[in-house]
Amino acid sequence: MDGTPIGRRVFLGVLGVGAVGVLWGAKAQDWLEKTVAPIVSKDGTGLSGFLPIGRFRIYTVTGDLPSKSKAAYRLKVGGLVDTPYTLTYDELRALPPTKMTRDFQCVTGWRVHDVDWEGVRLADLLDRAGVKPEAKAIRFKSFDGTYTESLTLSQGRRNDVIVAYRMENGDISAEHGGPVRLYVAPMYGYKSCKWLDAIELTDTVEPGYWEHYGYDVDGWVGRSNGRDDNAT
Amino acid sequence: MAATTTPPDAEGLPPDTPILRFDRTERVAHWVNACLFGVVMFTGSILYIGELSVLFGNREVVRTLHVYCGLAIPVVFLVAYLPRWGRALRRDFRRINRWTRDDKRWFRTLGRDKRLRLGKFNAGQKLNAAFIVGAALVMVGTGSIMKWFEPFPIDVRTGATFVHDWFAFFIWAAVLGHIWFAFSDPEALRAMWRGSVSARWARSKRPGWYEETTEGAQDPTA
Repeated sequence: MDGTPIGRRVFLGVLGVGAVGVLWGAKAQDWLEKTVAPIVSKDGTGLSGFLPIGRFRIYTVTGDLPSKSKAAYRLKVGGLVDTPYTLTYDELRALPPTKMTRDFQCVTGWRVHDVDWEGVRLADLLDRAGVKPEAKAIRFKSFDGTYTESLTLSQGRRNDVIVAYRMENGDISAEHGGPVRLYVAPMYGYKSCKWLDAIELTDTVEPGYWEHYGYDVDGWVGRSNGRDDNAT
Repeated sequence: MAATTTPPDAEGLPPDTPILRFDRTERVAHWVNACLFGVVMFTGSILYIGELSVLFGNREVVRTLHVYCGLAIPVVFLVAYLPRWGRALRRDFRRINRWTRDDKRWFRTLGRDKRLRLGKFNAGQKLNAAFIVGAALVMVGTGSIMKWFEPFPIDVRTGATFVHDWFAFFIWAAVLGHIWFAFSDPEALRAMWRGSVSARWARSKRPGWYEETTEGAQDPTA
């Protein structure tokens, strides 16, 4: 059959773009998040919210989207503490709130700029229980039944680590880890355990879910996982 | 226009004579893959858009459907393409591959130049087919990295997600365009259901293909 084999070139070209994208996509993503995302986020139509830039991706590690009503929700604080306790959602909301506006940076490259967060400082919750001297680390468990995360005690006492119940001017929805989640502002998103169920004081740092798959335990934004993102 | 509207009785077949455009293998493969594309595009949207995730729940079911329907697409294609029953499909792929001078000109003028002698497919159809085959393989590859991520470094996982997301947009555009053009030419769409078009359609829309298929068949005694 005569003619130029353009079909084959298009086919191979598409495969080539795909392969280059896999190898360089992480860098391209970072570049888009730094340059395009701040502009896109000001688009009033909301249509650009569907583009894969500057938006939250919803990750779950279990079969279903975990959900629990505010009425059924309980936060347990225990482990190496003097007085373990359990809080209802309303009791948590009654504690002195902390608000902050900080970016959410995922270790896979996407970033959501200027997210409004509100919650209770983790340090306050720890003080309420009375941390025993032998406690060195904090372990978080998700009510999805699988996910876990950890911080050292000093990381957990930072002012920008909160147990959050509001974000983006609304109660935290199920897909974002509601009704209550952890938000560790200076670290990559996997440290901010969603669907927070229990906080336990331990004597050593136990690596969390993703840390078994190669992520750094100390997940500082820009200083871990081989990445150089701007701090959040 | 004048050049293509030869009087129907001047030469060739009576205008209503059916001419086979897609054989059974091609039609079955087309509609099976159309259904699979529908499922992966729908389930992909649920996984990607948070609001839809909440609406539908059952994330594990949605994810499993998405992954295995996606993996089935190239399998269906190969089963239709490789065996003996794939002769017509293989022939059409050779047609899709080759762009004649008229195809290039058609592409440059976006089909406005009516004097061109098109073969079985126009350049837009050729481009769409070549793109979608490549893009489907890219989606299978990147999707597999996302599903079975453990051996891959984080940057490669990120790159695979990046490519999968952006390609999804282009594939949506190509598929919606494909459906749009199908509905704007009902006779061509019917050919994908029943297999044939009329000689009238073939002569006016795809004169090169009409000649090629009716050569020797024009003489009723032959």
